[in-house]
Amino acid sequence: MFRYTKLTLLREIGLWALALLFLAPFYFLVTTALKPANELFTTSALAPPINPDFSNFVAVLSAKGNSNVLMGLVNSVIITAGSILGLVALGSVTGYVISRSTRRWSKAAYYLFLVAIILPGQLGAVPLYMGARSLGLTGSAWGLIILYTGMLLPLSIFLYSNFFRGLGTDYEEAATIDGASKSQIFSKVVFPMMAPATGTVTIFAGLIVWNDFFTSLIFLGGSANQTLPVAMYYYIGSLVSEWNSIFAIVIVSMIPILALFLFAQKRFIQGFSGGLKG
Amino acid sequence: MTATMQPQMEAAKAPRRGRRAPGAGVTTRSRGRGLEFGHWWWALPGIALVFAIHYVATGVGGFFAFTNWTGIGAFKVTGWVNFEAIFKDPTKVGALSNTLFLAFGSVLLGNIAGLVIALGLNRVIKTRYVLRTLFFMPVVLSPLATAYIWKYIFDFDGPLNAFLTAIGAGDQAKPWLADPQWAIWTVLVVLVWSSTGFAMVIFMAGLAGVPVEVEEAAAIDGANLWQRFRNVTLPAIRPAVAIATTLGIVQGLRVFDPIMALTGGGPAGATETLATQVYKQAFALGNFGGGAALALVLAAIILFFAVIQQRLTRSNPED
Repeated sequence: MFRYTKLTLLREIGLWALALLFLAPFYFLVTTALKPANELFTTSALAPPINPDFSNFVAVLSAKGNSNVLMGLVNSVIITAGSILGLVALGSVTGYVISRSTRRWSKAAYYLFLVAIILPGQLGAVPLYMGARSLGLTGSAWGLIILYTGMLLPLSIFLYSNFFRGLGTDYEEAATIDGASKSQIFSKVVFPMMAPATGTVTIFAGLIVWNDFFTSLIFLGGSANQTLPVAMYYYIGSLVSEWNSIFAIVIVSMIPILALFLFAQKRFIQGFSGGLKG
Repeated sequence: MTATMQPQMEAAKAPRRGRRAPGAGVTTRSRGRGLEFGHWWWALPGIALVFAIHYVATGVGGFFAFTNWTGIGAFKVTGWVNFEAIFKDPTKVGALSNTLFLAFGSVLLGNIAGLVIALGLNRVIKTRYVLRTLFFMPVVLSPLATAYIWKYIFDFDGPLNAFLTAIGAGDQAKPWLADPQWAIWTVLVVLVWSSTGFAMVIFMAGLAGVPVEVEEAAAIDGANLWQRFRNVTLPAIRPAVAIATTLGIVQGLRVFDPIMALTGGGPAGATETLATQVYKQAFALGNFGGGAALALVLAAIILFFAVIQQRLTRSNPED
């Protein structure tokens, strides 16, 4: 019954039309970024540039100071990678212990993490900032990595413990009988088995940290270690309605994440749909 | 172990797994042998970090909700004054209704759009994976970048007005983001655009679990398209609906970045939300006590809807 018919072809064409309409913003993004300054207001906003040029991109990549995009890119990579490492390491161990323990405290701990996911961050932002400043954690990549790890840890633990709940204990029992220690069981048996959960955590946390703006704006304020979104924000702050320049930096900022997404889109989408079903 | 440790909330989130879990016979076996996996103290660093960053910070912030603290210097405990002020201030009451409008509007429209696309892509479409990737693209973009793109589209000299002029509806052209009546709708469009792909993949995963045979049987029994959707597909993807709407509402109630970049809460407070007001009060206007009180209200609203959502999905007649 579900064969490819003329109606299916129509459906497919309709979906493509919808997709093109849906992605129209990307068309404006690219065409505008390629417009030289004199074409910005002389050509229609709908029209592609007459003489496309890359001068806007050159200007973006050579910007200095706190809108230094290349510096921001390096910082974003370091901070995102560091936070993912922290979240995988702490999240997997904590999720493992609280979902394998039969004691009462582990259930309480599970709810402690669940409620932390829903708490809005703004309430704690000022106390957190003062605490971080007195510990010397503001203005450095290290501080931000610790902060992001703590902020996203409940989500990471939630995803991991849901994964462990669906996992039988047979392998761990077998390893125990073979005389493996608890830490050996965890690192050699359990951790490799939960690669799907690690993938989900990596994608979720990586996306949130990479795209986050206000945490890095507040906690890196005034330092030279700006992340990419903050560098973009400062760069655009100096431009009024110069949409060609604005869009050049918007494109530069989204290339890394879009490239990664297109490269590993299956993992991304599985991570999103699978991780949340658990 | 799996079965006994399954908390009710999680069972409600994933009813399919919750039902399956009691069958797993691992529980008695491993407990009978007294096996324990991992040391309990392995959880301490994680618990300590979450406790400090989430609970202590939030608790301190919550305390300041009952003070007149400006963010620096001395303060006095003022009781419920900050909360009374919230409900007397039309901007904050407006922010509350804007927040609810945007959260429910974006969840409703984003989920309908996501479901329609997922249904369209379901079965036999040849390019479904390419299309899925395209529809999902906006989800990975930063809210800041997304907002800048749409800010141009809604600009007075932007593509939307150029398009309206081109089709002869030039008299409808307006500065969308600066129009008190339309600004909130532009924000809604942006939120729907960036959340549709997310709802779509959740629904696609849900739809993949609907057996073809059941659908075919219903079709053979003479059920039309709508009846098949209503009676076969929808019950089967109910868990997916629950997840997509819960997350959407929690996210929607916190909406902040897109508004700051699009309208900054303007014109004249027409797009203020609770989150933007919290930020402005606490960080920009030096009224930390008032901002904290508003954040407490926001937290209560989020918890309220999260719990309601859990209840609604739990009252599934099947369970």
